[in-house]
Amino acid sequence: MSALLEMRSITKTFPGVKALDEVNLTVREGEIHALVGENGAGKSTLMKVLSGVYPAGSYDGEIHYAGGLAEFRDIADSEKRGIIIIHQELALVPLLSIAENLFLGNEQASRGVIDWRGTFRRTEDLLRKVGLREAPTTLVDKLGVGKQQLVEIAKALSKEVRLLILDEPTAALSESDSQALLDLLLELKAQGVTSIIISHKLNEVRRVADTVTVIRDGSTVSTMDARTQEITEDAIVRDMVGRDMAHRYPARDRRAGDVLFAVKDWNVWHPEHADRQVIKSANFEVRAGEVVGIAGLMGSGRTELAMSIFGRSYGQNISGRVSIKGQEVDVSRVDRAIDAGLAYVTEDRKSLGLILEEPINRNVSLAHLQGVSKNGILNDNLETEVAERYRKAMNIRTPSVFQKVMNLSGGNQQKVVLSKWLFAEPEVLILDEPTRGIDVGAKFEIYGIINELSAMGKGVLMISSEMPELLGMCDRIYVMNEGALVGELTAEEASQERIMSLIVTE
Amino acid sequence: MSIAETTGTEAEPMGIREYLLGHLRTYGLLFALIAIMVFFQITTSGTLLRPVNITNLLLQNSYIIIMALGMLIVIVSGNIDLSVGSVMGFIGALAAVMIVQMDVPYLLAIVICLVAGGLIGAAQGYWVAYWKIPSFIVTLAGMLVFRGLSLLLLEGQSVGPFPREFQALANGFVSDIFPAGIGQTLAAIFGARQVNVLALGVGIIAAFAIVYSGLRARARNRAYGVVDEPRAFFVARNVIVVGAIVFIMYKLSTFRGLPNVLITMGVLTLIYAFLTERTVLGRRVYALGGNQKAAKLSGIKTERLTFLAFVNMGVLAAAAGLVFAARLNTATPKAGFALELDVIAAVFIGGASMSGGVGTIVGAVVGAFLMGVLNNGMSIMGIGIDYQQMIKGLVLLAAVIFDVYNKSKQG
Repeated sequence: MSALLEMRSITKTFPGVKALDEVNLTVREGEIHALVGENGAGKSTLMKVLSGVYPAGSYDGEIHYAGGLAEFRDIADSEKRGIIIIHQELALVPLLSIAENLFLGNEQASRGVIDWRGTFRRTEDLLRKVGLREAPTTLVDKLGVGKQQLVEIAKALSKEVRLLILDEPTAALSESDSQALLDLLLELKAQGVTSIIISHKLNEVRRVADTVTVIRDGSTVSTMDARTQEITEDAIVRDMVGRDMAHRYPARDRRAGDVLFAVKDWNVWHPEHADRQVIKSANFEVRAGEVVGIAGLMGSGRTELAMSIFGRSYGQNISGRVSIKGQEVDVSRVDRAIDAGLAYVTEDRKSLGLILEEPINRNVSLAHLQGVSKNGILNDNLETEVAERYRKAMNIRTPSVFQKVMNLSGGNQQKVVLSKWLFAEPEVLILDEPTRGIDVGAKFEIYGIINELSAMGKGVLMISSEMPELLGMCDRIYVMNEGALVGELTAEEASQERIMSLIVTE
Repeated sequence: MSIAETTGTEAEPMGIREYLLGHLRTYGLLFALIAIMVFFQITTSGTLLRPVNITNLLLQNSYIIIMALGMLIVIVSGNIDLSVGSVMGFIGALAAVMIVQMDVPYLLAIVICLVAGGLIGAAQGYWVAYWKIPSFIVTLAGMLVFRGLSLLLLEGQSVGPFPREFQALANGFVSDIFPAGIGQTLAAIFGARQVNVLALGVGIIAAFAIVYSGLRARARNRAYGVVDEPRAFFVARNVIVVGAIVFIMYKLSTFRGLPNVLITMGVLTLIYAFLTERTVLGRRVYALGGNQKAAKLSGIKTERLTFLAFVNMGVLAAAAGLVFAARLNTATPKAGFALELDVIAAVFIGGASMSGGVGTIVGAVVGAFLMGVLNNGMSIMGIGIDYQQMIKGLVLLAAVIFDVYNKSKQG
């Protein structure tokens, strides 16, 4: 099979940093090529070089594409040649319809007048191809992330794609949506579309990739071919972090104490549709020192459960009782929930967890300003000290705590969010997707922090879409489906199959 | 517990170049103000910095600065208030009707006016905070409503004059508490006609206070290893600021002394700078403007905070309205017309961000002075109102472009 793309000795430097150092990448016609590496390893930079975001001349090395030397001036240039990149943050206009989004910038028009019938017909064709059953006039706003992802792919297909690049396509997707997306990729491959997939989820990489290239610190570390060798997750991880990682989940003394946190008969209705019950009489408890997981599909109500408990931040008509250490507590407002000893680390750290424009120290103190002030007057130095303490304890990689949070990597941002909540000295922490979108090394560190919390006797409730993570970390797992807790498994009983079967049989 | 080694290093002492680049905005504003003053000092052949003109400059801009303090907080919280010009005019009218036509004692009238301002702010803030109506819309409505109410209240006429005591709010001066002999001696030494010892003394004490608190903050930061301004900058900045204060106060002291308004303005500026920078309340406003959802999920009562920002704005607009009416010695239906734009411009020139979460009180005050000096200087030069408007507009645009450019470079 011939090579569709060959990137030879690509070197890209930014002032003071060598982002890419002699990187080689060869992608064969018709394969799925996985590009893996820790955050900041240079994957995105490489893809920006390829797609013309960094135009020819701004980097060293050569790109050979479809049998010739390619020197792309900009994205439009590379798109014309069939290279289409789908970014992690989707580039759809929420208040436009699927059809309008698909042909945005490529409108089906004659003399500036849009041919709506043609547009809808072509949209229907494309939606059928990606297996999305929605009307072309549906607003993108109304679709879940999984379906939006499919719209993006349909958009790529509308442009005669030859090389499809997906940057962490499944990061925000549930297990079943991810599976559907991966199936689609395999199907596109059968139709002759070559793709490059950037992913942190190694089981997915193993499932679909024909070739895996690992990048570390701006250089190519290894290329593995699934047709000639068995690719194991351990081998990939070893190449990614540069050493063996014997245990993906750090060990912990499992010792559960008394019941710390209990929720009884929790009912929540949808904030806009008052007749839709989102949480159906949920009952659960977390013991001191216990890490309890909530498994479930996307949309099963896990985040809604957590947010409705945390100061009624979601839903209406909420009923039920919450107690901490056997005492019923008032969690009707966020500040009261915090005072009662709750902390909620949001699923979406950028838009719900952090103030990106502000430095680390100001983010760390935000949920517990009384801890760095006296009579309402702030003590800046104390605040700096506190932030320094967490920087060291959490190993937040930054030159100083006065660095704006937006300049940190995902893993370090997550550590800032965790620091913020630890400083509020909670008894119970609800962690919603605590390792989403962060690299293997940082994940391991976050797991370590969770274990330390449990050793301190805190209760941890962990919501995650990555089942291996729940299985590796939790003492007990509740399974949630359509707003109800449908099962409870101990660590010994739990397995991916049992969790899935609980979800499916319900 | 770490798997990868720490790559973070301790903060290194920064070079002068890096420091200047990082703080271009702060210094840029100060330099721009100085440059503009020097420019007008030359082009007006020294009129700009004559004692009488400095006094005028302060009086002319006092109400803008008072409102800019409140506007800064509103803008940092992620909102805007377009109604302040109308509210200011309305409060002036209210004061005139009460004091001139109804013979209400002026002190009582002042209190009633401030409360009325707070209520107006509350009425607008209620919709913004609890109903999530965009502040642009609510205060645009307020702007029309209060403009109309002023007309109604004054029946289209100007109402005045005010009693002397009320006028003193804007046009009064603090009388010298020192024996006249000292002033005469100093006047003889400096070769001036007269010297108000109190004004000069306040200037010198303020200068000392600024240097002292600067040194203390510097020592404290040093002790905590916080990245600090290079020594040369610290010295240069303090020399310029101290020089300017002493110079201006000396000039004032050779005219009529300390204007009452300067005291009001100075005290308010200090209070609000402290409130925004050093208190939990202030910090929460920045958090609210920086990311409302994250602030809410951190236990901050975002609705109440937004509401309070508007109440505060209303009270300050009322205060400005009283000063304005006292200065003109009459309330007119046109008072405060389009003034909200000057106030908002001052805040943005001072470095605040349209999207909220960024901005400082000192920046807003310097921004207001910058606009004030531009106005005053161009008027003395005899530049027509047509060109004045254009130049002010371009200055606002340039300041914001500079901000955006600066931010994109920092990446």
